[in-house]
Amino acid sequence: MADVTDQAKVITYREAVAEGIARELRRDPSVVCLGEDIGAAGGVFKTTAGLLAEFGKQRVWDTPISEQAILGAAMGAAMTGMRPVAEIMFSDFFACCWDYLANEIPKMRYMTGGQVKVPLVVRTANGGGLGFGAQHSQAVENWALAIPGLKIAAPSTPADVVGLMAAAIRSDDPVVFFEHKGLFASKGPAAPEGHVVELGRAAVVREGSDVSLVALAATVPLALAAAEQLAADGISAEVIDLRCLVPLDMATVLASLGRTSRLVIVEENPYQGGWGGTVASVVADEGFELLDAPVRRVAAACVPLPFADVLEQQVIPTVGAVTETVRTLTAY
Amino acid sequence: MTAGTDTGAGVATGADELLGLYEQMAVIRGTEKAAHDLFLAGLVKGTTHLAAGHEAVAVGASAALRPGDYVFATYRGHHHAMARGASPEECLAELMSKGTGLCKAKGGSMHLTKASVGMLGSYAIVGAHLPIAAGAAWSAKLRGSGQVAVAFFGDGATNIGAFHEALNLAAVWALPVLFICENNLYMEYTPIGDVTPVANPAADRAVAYGLPAEIVDGNDVVLVKDAVARAAERARSGNGPTVIEAKTYRHFGHSRTDPASYRPSAEVEEWLSRDPLDLAKARLEALGVAADPVAAVDKRVAGIVKDAVAAAKAAPGPDPADAMTDVWADGGSAWRT
Repeated sequence: MADVTDQAKVITYREAVAEGIARELRRDPSVVCLGEDIGAAGGVFKTTAGLLAEFGKQRVWDTPISEQAILGAAMGAAMTGMRPVAEIMFSDFFACCWDYLANEIPKMRYMTGGQVKVPLVVRTANGGGLGFGAQHSQAVENWALAIPGLKIAAPSTPADVVGLMAAAIRSDDPVVFFEHKGLFASKGPAAPEGHVVELGRAAVVREGSDVSLVALAATVPLALAAAEQLAADGISAEVIDLRCLVPLDMATVLASLGRTSRLVIVEENPYQGGWGGTVASVVADEGFELLDAPVRRVAAACVPLPFADVLEQQVIPTVGAVTETVRTLTAY
Repeated sequence: MTAGTDTGAGVATGADELLGLYEQMAVIRGTEKAAHDLFLAGLVKGTTHLAAGHEAVAVGASAALRPGDYVFATYRGHHHAMARGASPEECLAELMSKGTGLCKAKGGSMHLTKASVGMLGSYAIVGAHLPIAAGAAWSAKLRGSGQVAVAFFGDGATNIGAFHEALNLAAVWALPVLFICENNLYMEYTPIGDVTPVANPAADRAVAYGLPAEIVDGNDVVLVKDAVARAAERARSGNGPTVIEAKTYRHFGHSRTDPASYRPSAEVEEWLSRDPLDLAKARLEALGVAADPVAAVDKRVAGIVKDAVAAAKAAPGPDPADAMTDVWADGGSAWRT
C-alpha cells in the first residue's frame, strides 16, 4: 500500500471522502452531487466540506429530506448523460428508498436489454461504534449484496477512499459506496494525484502463513489489531481487505487460503445474511481442499444494534472475538 | 379544409396533422386489441395492462413534444412507447417473448423502453418513475439542453410517497418536467375517489407544491396536445413543472383478463360514447375531412397491425445465453473473480 500513497501527507478518512469527490468534480463536468445537507453544511459528517465553496450550486445540490427523490433524480440524471454522486446520510435510510436500490437502479439496464446505462454513485455512512442506536448504526452492506446489478465498495483507508471513489464515479455501472462512520476520524497517507483503485481488487494488507482474516471497512483495522496480538503468540495471520463486495475478489481469498489453509471472516453486518456467508460458500465450493480447519465467521449478532457502548460491543465484532476464534482454529 | 381549432396553445391543429394523430391512435388501439387476443390465445405470457381508451393522452402529448424530449411511463405504457416511435411489431414481439422485442424479451409488457427515441422506460413500481423523470429534467437543466421530461402516471400513483417527493423536488428546483396523470377513475380495482380525499387526485395536490395544474379531457387528442404544449413551453422557459390531469377511461380491465365488472355499466357506456378515436373523427368532420380519407386510414392501420402480429409471431425467441448479459455496462454479469 505504501507504494501508491504520498507518505509526506497524512489525512483523515473524512477528508479523503471530500478529496475523492473533489478530484472527480474537477476532472469531469458531468459529475454532480446531491444529498441532504451536503452543500452549505458540508455534510452531517463533514464529508463534503468545501465542495460547495469550490464548485458552486450547479455542482453541489442540497436536497429536501426525500430519499426516494434523491435516488430517483440521480438515476434519471445518470440515464441522461450525468454522473451523479448521491448521498444517503445514514445507510439505515436505504430502507426509505429501497425501491431505487432494489428495483430501479440495478435493473434498468437489464430490463431494457442493455439500452441504457446508469453511471451513478450512492454514498452512505455505514456501521456502528458511535452509539447512535438501532436506526443509525447498522452495517447494511449485505442489503446491497442481495441485489444483482449493484457494485459495492467499502474502503478502509483514506487512500482507498480516494482511489475507489475515482473508480466508482468513473464506472458506467451503479456503485454503492459505504463510508464507515467509525473510520471517519482515522488517519492515513494521502492518495497521490490520479490515484484510482480498480473495483473488485482486494488488498493483502498483512502477510501471514497460519490463518487468513478476510475483512472489510472497519473490520480491517480490527483484523490488523487482532493479527498484531496473535503475532505475539507466534500465530501468523494474513489480513485481506476486500475493499469491494461486488465485484468480489475471491481469487485473492482463495490464493491466500492456499498459503494459510485457515479462514476467519470478520464482518460487521449480521451473521444472518451477512456477506461472509457468500465468501464461505464460494470457499466451500472451490477451496474445500485448501482448508485444514472449518471456516469461521466473526459477525454481528442477530439482534438490532443496542445503544450503550457496553451493549454494542456485545453485538459487533471485537478484537477479542477475532483472536479467540483464530486460536480455536489454529488448535484444530 | 379549415384552419383548425385553436384551443389556446398558439398553434392550431390542422386537418392533416389531426388525421395523422388519428392514425397513431388507431394503430395503438389495433395493437392493444391484438395484444388482448394474443394473451387470450396464450401467446403472451405473464400479464398485460392495456391502454385502449388512453390513446389520446399519449398521442396528444407526444405531438406537443420535441424529438429529444424524455418520456417515462408506467406498466400501462404500450401507448407511450408507440406514440414515441416504437413499432407495433417490436412491442408485440416483446410481449410475445421474442428476441426481436424492444427489450430483447428481458423486459416484457410492463417495461417497454425505446431509449433511442427518448422513451426511457415503463416502470412497474407505482410512482417510482416520477423522481426519475425529475432527474432527467434536472440533467437537461444542468446541461442547458432545452429538453423536457414527461412522467405519465395513473391516478393511483398520487397516493404514493414518490409522487409527493418528486413534485416537491421538481418544484423547488424549477425542473423542466411535466407530470401527466392519466386519471381513469380506478386504482386497479378500487375507485380512486374511495381512497383519495380530493376530487382531482393529481391537480388538487399540485397547489401544495406551488405548481400550476391543468385538468384536461384526456380523450380529446387536441386538448391534450394543447395543454402539454403550454406546459412544455413553460418548462422550456425556465418556469418549472406543471401537473396535468387527463381524465380518461380504460376500455379493458386493469390487467390480463380482468372483466372490470366493478365498473357501473352506465359509467362504462358514457365513457365508451366518448371514445378518443370517435372524438377525433368528429373533429376531423368539423374540419371538413370527408369520411373516405378516414376509412382509408382505418384500412391501412388494420394492415399494419395484421402485419405486425404476423411478424412478431414469426420472430425467433431470445438466445438463452442472453439471460446472462446486460447486467453491467460491459455487457456481462460477472459478480466475482
